[in-house]
Formats: sequence, structure tokens, C-alpha cells
Amino acid sequence: MSVKLKALLKSPWVFHISTGSCNNCDIEVLDCLTPRFDIERFGILLAGSIKHADLLLVTGSGNRKSMEIVKKLYEQAPKPCLVVAIGECALSRGMFIHSYNCPVPVDKVIPVDVYIPGCPPKPEAIIAGLVKLIEKVKGTLKKKGK
Amino acid sequence: MKRGDVLENINQRFKEEIIDVIDKSSTRVYIEIKPCSLVKVAKYVFEELGARFNIASGLDVRSHMEILYHFIFEEINLLISFRVKLDRAKPEIDSLTPIFEAANWIEREIYEMLGVKFKGHPDLRKLFLSDDWPDGVHPLRCDYKEWDRKAIRDRGV
Amino acid sequence: MARTIVPIGPYHPLQEEPEFFTLTVEGETVVAVDVEVGYNHRGIEKLSEMKTFDQSTFVIERICGICSTSHPFAYTRAVEDIISMEVPERAKYIRTVIAEGERIHSHLLWLGLAGHFLGYNTVYMWAWKLREEILDAMEILSGNRNNYAMFKPGGVRRDIKADDIPVVIKKIDSIVPTMIMLKKAVIDDPVLGARTKGVGILSKEDSIRYSALGPTARASGVARDVRKDSSYGAYDKVEWDMIVTSNGDVFDKLVVRVLEIFESIKIMKECLRSLPKGEIDSKIKNIPPGEGIGCVEAPRGECFHYVRSDGTNRPVRHKVRAPTFMNLPTYKATVVGQTISDATIIFAAIDPCYCCTERIAVRNGKGKKLYNGEDLIRLSQEKTEKIRGGLK
Repeated sequence: MSVKLKALLKSPWVFHISTGSCNNCDIEVLDCLTPRFDIERFGILLAGSIKHADLLLVTGSGNRKSMEIVKKLYEQAPKPCLVVAIGECALSRGMFIHSYNCPVPVDKVIPVDVYIPGCPPKPEAIIAGLVKLIEKVKGTLKKKGK
Repeated sequence: MKRGDVLENINQRFKEEIIDVIDKSSTRVYIEIKPCSLVKVAKYVFEELGARFNIASGLDVRSHMEILYHFIFEEINLLISFRVKLDRAKPEIDSLTPIFEAANWIEREIYEMLGVKFKGHPDLRKLFLSDDWPDGVHPLRCDYKEWDRKAIRDRGV
Repeated sequence: MARTIVPIGPYHPLQEEPEFFTLTVEGETVVAVDVEVGYNHRGIEKLSEMKTFDQSTFVIERICGICSTSHPFAYTRAVEDIISMEVPERAKYIRTVIAEGERIHSHLLWLGLAGHFLGYNTVYMWAWKLREEILDAMEILSGNRNNYAMFKPGGVRRDIKADDIPVVIKKIDSIVPTMIMLKKAVIDDPVLGARTKGVGILSKEDSIRYSALGPTARASGVARDVRKDSSYGAYDKVEWDMIVTSNGDVFDKLVVRVLEIFESIKIMKECLRSLPKGEIDSKIKNIPPGEGIGCVEAPRGECFHYVRSDGTNRPVRHKVRAPTFMNLPTYKATVVGQTISDATIIFAAIDPCYCCTERIAVRNGKGKKLYNGEDLIRLSQEKTEKIRGGLK
């Protein structure tokens, strides 16, 4: 397990899921890949399929229809798989909390490791969040080593 | 064609069907018509007067259901909304999809959101809501109540 | 020939909303298409009825992150239509500046993604790099990169400072030389022409029948633009042209969008230079019973809002019609008869950028063959490579 996690941190591949977001967080995630921010130079790559991914970036307020599919997608992901919730909607559903089509928040359906707040979070915030995630996992690794 | 001509044409042709006309401003006119004559009116406005079908918006007033069909005349900048009032207990109206494809999705949306049945629609099924949504529950009706027992509505703080 | 069903959806390796397409193919040719939506439905129309007129603008802004100006713009115009009032002159200009800034970054975003789908990642990177400059300008003007929160019924929330104007104009000017270079690279490129010319044609008749909007309609020769037809904001006070082309294929949609970027730059600069002095908010006291309609030209087409008030501080009904709602069904006219490797760019051409998903299964009579989502982009990119190889 620890070897797998350690290997994951060198070059985490991310897969992105929108569960009923307004596209803003999704566009900012994509923005991280473009020349201004260029997250690929740290080895973080957007994967085409969940089966290739180490990190799951979840945005959006947990739509009834798409959460069913998110559950299935998470089951398909090779473990260990870390989950990052991006944006206010994925954290607490923000202003969509009373919506008839967003019954439960994302973290009640799949386990979330890191939360990145903001509406939308800036690309800098997303990069900082991913760095925090890596630090967090490294911290747990150290504890396990003791 | 001028603004006056368009209104005059509609008034002349459908004298029997028009219930009420509200001339709100130079660009907005609301015309209430009988539900049974909707197809006739829409066909005339779309095909002969060359208006663009903008959208339909359904709403639930406690006493009845209303659907507004918005048509826009781009050259003269005039937006005419045809209002039909439906019985709330059994809302039914003829579909406009056979005349123009643009009405297809909006009729499906009104069907699931308000429960209005469109007679003659080729493919009347749900558009937005999930498959496990219970039948007969329409979220945009004013008496909608939360049906999902599992839903969490507090932030836990 | 055996018919094969290709499900595309709802999650794909690129961004944007999840959507579920069912393509029925015969060999390589698409014969039928069906779209299933609803993976993004959040019940905003219902939520808007729970909020006051002033609070609603914030919910409306989050309908779409890229159109985060068009929806509040249409909504505030609908509320102002109930009262039959005009906003102050300065507010009109500020609204126009924000709306045009959004159009530039939205079109650049589309251009980049279209380049990516065709295997032109250079275009993708250049366009998105230029987009950052516009987002910087918008951050100076409004304080945020995307959700600007500038609109309120009766005016705008924030003023533009006089000191910021030269900085913003300089920022906008800085993208023009690169944009001209990009325009030449995109429009004169023979490979890109081969991939997009004559592909996914939407005829003028179909465009009218489906009530297509925005660049999708203008590329088919239908001169339809709310900014010209029923002018609002400051659009009647500045000089600009409506871009209309006649072929209706993907290439024309691309040309319309690229040329519109230049028009938007013109409008935005002109508005900033001639910003009139005065109030920015007309301070609405109460909203009388009645109904109002607001139409605004969003980057993708006409955005339509219907609001009804009963005299209280909340709307009774708020109907939102986004442009893609009308444009999406045009797939039935454009995709049928095309090859599956062109489906990617045709889906992208109306600008919702749905191309493919992580779960694609192609099954044919001979047995099971499984593709994942990346393969559809790969098919598309390989076709470009083939054409490129042939030209050399």
C-alpha cells in the first residue's frame, strides 16, 4: 500500500468529473494545463479514463443523475485513489443546498481527501491544493514509518 | 411588415379565438388565446408571418396552469407572447413539435416540470430528471414538497 | 449493413458538462443521433423563486460559468421590463464592456478546444494563453476572473475606476497582434480547411426550423443578432458589424467566431474610451406586479429570461432559456450522414464542446470491440495527420 501511494505522488494523473457544476471550476482546472500555469511540468497530467487516474477532481453540487455515475466511476478507479473536491458546490453545495435535484453533498457519496474552496477557485488555489494533498499523504507515510 | 400590420393581421384572422390582448410596450405584446386554437395560431405566426419561435414558458398559478409561447419578429423587434390557460386538474394541450422541431425539447421539459400533457408529441419522455424520480411529482408546481427522505438540507455547522 | 450503436457519455476526458449521446452508425457513417441531458440540472428556476430579486442575480450567474454575464444581464433586463425603466447611461456602458469581455474569452476558449479536437494543440495553447490576458483585464475591472457579480436590477454594483481604463485598454491591445497571427494560422490553414469545410452543414432552412441562435445561425446565413435586432446596452452607440457567412459548415462557424473577437475588441475599447459620467444605479424601490422578458446576445446565441412578479420581493416564476437549449437539437440535422471521426468537431461546433466520454463501446456484428473516450479524439486527430501527410 505505502509503495503504491509513494509511487502515486511522483506524477499523479488526474481525472476530472463534473457532477452538475457551472463549468467555471472545470474551466479553471483546464486552465491549469495551459501555458500560464502549466501544471504538466510537475508531472500532473489529465488522464482520459478513470482507469488511468490516481487523483479524482470532483466539481459540482452532486446532481441526482450524475452522482449515480460518480459512484460507479469511483468503483472502477484503481485503488489507492485520492479524491479532491474543487469549488464551493462540491464542498457544501453552496447556494444549491435547497435544490430539489441536489440531495446529498459529494463527500457523503465518495470519500474526499482535500477540499479546495472558492467560486471558482483560482488556478493558483487548485495547484496549492494539490501540493497540500501531496504533503498530507507524505505526512501520513512518515507516521506509518515510525 | 410593420408592427401595426402584424397585430392587425392576427386580430383579424383569429377574432374568435383571442380572449384578451395586453399591449405592454412597443416591443412586448401579450395575447391570450383559447387552448384549442393554439396550433392554428402558431402555424400562422411561424409559417406565414415568419416569426421565430423563441421558447415556451409554463407556470403554475394556484388557480390554473399557464403556458406562454413567445414568438419574436426580428425585423420589427416585436415579441408576442401567446398565453393559454389550462385546467390545473388535467392539463392538456396540443403539441407544436409537428410544425417546428424547435418545440420538441421545451415540451418535454414542461411535461416533466409541470405535468402538462402534450397531445401529438412524437417522443414525450423525461428530459432533465433522473429515472428514479417518482411519477406524478412535478418540481415546478407550487404544491411541490420534498419527497426524498434521504436528502440532507443542513450544512452540518 | 449492420447498424452499430455508439454510446458517448456522460463523462469524457475533456471538460464541460456531462452529456449522453447515442450515435447509431452504419460502418463509419452516422445515421441517427439522440442526446440525453440532465446531468447538470440543478433546479435553478425553482431556487430563483425562493430568493429575492436582488439575491437571484447571484444564483443566475452560476447557471453557466462561461456565460456568467449574459444570464444576469438578461435577468436584470427582464426585471427592468416589468417596471418599464431604463438604466443610467454609465451603467449601460459598463454592462456592455463586461458582456463583450466575456464574449472574447468565450470565443477564445472555443477556438482552443476546437483546435484540440482536430489535433491542433498549438492553437489550443495559443488561444488559451491569449484568454488569460482578457481574464486579467476582467479581474482588474470586476475583481474576479469569472463570476463578475457586476449586475443588479437597475444598474451595476461596481464602478469602473478612471485609473483602470488605460491599463485595461493596454491589456486588450496586447492580444491583437497575436490574434491576427492566430486568425491567419487558423483560416488559411489547408489542413484545417480540409477537416472543417463542408463538414456538418446546417442549411438555412434547417436553421430556421430548429430556431438556431447566435454564431450557429449566423454561419448559416441567418442574420440574427439581438444586439442589432433589438439593441440594448450601449450597442447602438458604437460602430460594429454583424458577421454573417453563408455555408453553415464547421469552418464558417469558426470564421464567424474568430471575426467576432475582433468586433468585440472594437466595442469594448470604444465603450471604455467614451464612458459617460453619472450614476451607475437607479436604486429600484419596489417591483410592481407584472411580467417581463429580457433577451441578450450571449456568446452562443440569444439568452432569454421571463420573470413574473406579484408585487412581493420574490419572483413568482423565472424561466431561463439558454442558447444551447435551441442549438443542441440541430445535431439531428448536422451529424447524420457524416463519419464518426467528424462527429467530434460537429458536436463541438455549436460550442458546448461535448466530444466524447470515457466510456465508449463500439459493438459490431463481428464481435465486441471496445474503445474508450480518448480513442474518439485519437480517431479525429489521426484523420488530420493523414490529411497533413497527404499535403506534404
